[in-house]
Amino acid sequence: MSPNRDPNRSALIDTALRVWIILCFVFVFAPIAASFVFSFNSDRFPTIPLGHFTTDWYRLVVADPLVWSGLWNTLKVAGAVGVLATVLGFGAAYTDHRHDFFGKQAYLALALLPPTIPAVILGLAMLAYLSRLTLSGSAVSVIIAHVVICAPFAMALIRLRLSQMDAALEPAAWNLGATEWGAMRHVILPFCAPAILAALFITMAVSSDEFAVAWFVSGLNETLPVKVLGFLQGQVSPRINVIGSFVFVVSIGLVIAAQLLMAGRGARPYEE
Amino acid sequence: MSRQPLVTLEGIRKSFGDYVAVQPLDLAIHAGEFLALMGSSGCGKTTTLRMLAGLESPSAGTIRLSGQPINHLPAWQRDTPLVWQNLALFPFLNVIENVEFALKMRGVGRAERRRRAEAWLDRMQIAEFAGRAISHLSGGQRQRVALARSLVIEPQILLLDEPLSALDAALKVRMQSVLKSLQRETGITFVYVTHSQSEAFAMADRVVIMSRGKVEQIGTPQDIYNRPGTRFVAEFLGSSNILSGRVTGSTGPHLNVDGPLGHFQVPHCDATPPQSGQEIDFSVLGALCDLGPPGGDPRPNQIDARIVGEEFEGAFATIYLEADTGQELRVQKSQADIARLEPSPGKRMAVFWRAQDCHLLPG
Repeated sequence: MSPNRDPNRSALIDTALRVWIILCFVFVFAPIAASFVFSFNSDRFPTIPLGHFTTDWYRLVVADPLVWSGLWNTLKVAGAVGVLATVLGFGAAYTDHRHDFFGKQAYLALALLPPTIPAVILGLAMLAYLSRLTLSGSAVSVIIAHVVICAPFAMALIRLRLSQMDAALEPAAWNLGATEWGAMRHVILPFCAPAILAALFITMAVSSDEFAVAWFVSGLNETLPVKVLGFLQGQVSPRINVIGSFVFVVSIGLVIAAQLLMAGRGARPYEE
Repeated sequence: MSRQPLVTLEGIRKSFGDYVAVQPLDLAIHAGEFLALMGSSGCGKTTTLRMLAGLESPSAGTIRLSGQPINHLPAWQRDTPLVWQNLALFPFLNVIENVEFALKMRGVGRAERRRRAEAWLDRMQIAEFAGRAISHLSGGQRQRVALARSLVIEPQILLLDEPLSALDAALKVRMQSVLKSLQRETGITFVYVTHSQSEAFAMADRVVIMSRGKVEQIGTPQDIYNRPGTRFVAEFLGSSNILSGRVTGSTGPHLNVDGPLGHFQVPHCDATPPQSGQEIDFSVLGALCDLGPPGGDPRPNQIDARIVGEEFEGAFATIYLEADTGQELRVQKSQADIARLEPSPGKRMAVFWRAQDCHLLPG
């Protein structure tokens, strides 16, 4: 035992907690890792022992025009959703930051509510509503539905950032001659930039993963997750593992990028 | 002063809901003066400053700059830069970009604003930090950046909201002299909000003492220190003994006053003299009191009291005494006097002073 060991910590508890964390991660990531492994396995069914290594399934997926159209739809939708949800989320977060008004708690509760509504119910409601507007079955309808789901995430991220901002910064900008727009452009937006980019990436990740609501409203413009269900209903194919791995890599990449932005050097709030 | 004031506050009142932050306030600020607004927290000093900057709008009254009303101008159309208590530097901009900010907002071209910002960095002796991030500066350096950022537009007036409160004692004294000489050299009017008597007295030409949204006294530091205008001011400054009694008559230039602690002589004040039988308060600076052996013939302006403590303040020490009524008295003495008097706790001594050194507190 090292003589400089921290006397406030027990080695036994420390080790136990480390093991616990590792077990948690194994539990979360094992299925995803299995999907990765089986996407390179020659056998049709995911069984052990494994067959031999193959990239056949990847070739099949790449050769499938339906996959490409699904991917294209996903990217289109995710891009539009990311931008729209981030703009809306920023507006909502800034309103909360800047103004005090009657009913602000209710406003916040309503603004943050959509992700807590069960996806099936939200999907059904969207379908009913959008078909009234004769928008159902188009990419636009998926975008609208996903913006509703994603904007609260963007709002939460940007709100967190604004809460770290010195309350005097904006009036300080006015005091130095910046109009309200000037302060927005030269102070609020630069300060929030890391959170805005993070919100963009997170909302794109959420949109590109989202299945239930997209299934209800996408019609013929299926996004990739919806397409995957189509595959599953037809036949069990390791191609699903391929698409699953791809979607996972893209989403986790976006989430990691967002994390780095929120924690990075540029994100450091002003310290006294 | 006969000059036209640079800024006048006429009947300025500010309330937040039921809470009245500033009572109707009249104040003239002269061009080129260093004015301190002093008071404890919640006295309305910062609110007054924020109204000058256009960050709060008065509930009533008019603010004039060079004679013109400016109530209706938004903050960004007033050239009234403010140095914030927490400085409020922009963390995502480096030092020189912070200083250039106000020029950029005024549409000054890139080369011109760089040149003017550099000149101010030079003047504040922080030119070497031009490219640094704010988070990599010390407290004193940040202070200088904040000053340069406000002064770069060369305003007529600079507002300062307790800018030194976060600094340690030595740096505070250093920055006080920087501020004072900056004000003298530029001739810019400084309005300095503080709760610290030492800061206000060290720098200001005139001090405004506020309490609960009201002006208690306006005057030079010497005036206020020697002749506190109200009982509140005397108590707030804390350097005087405050006594009370009933006027029994007058002898020559002095009023005769009888109080629970003895018999006193107090000089008349210039204004309406109190009548016989009236209760009055008066003050005498602890630094003008003397200590001696107790008892003897009962003389005017002498109180016998028991020593309860001593506070070392460098060249001077303050000795605290308790009179028979329980009232606390303070006497400030040099270390040499202390060595001679040997004041030890519990010892009884007489506190006495010359009649002309005490000061009648108006109403």
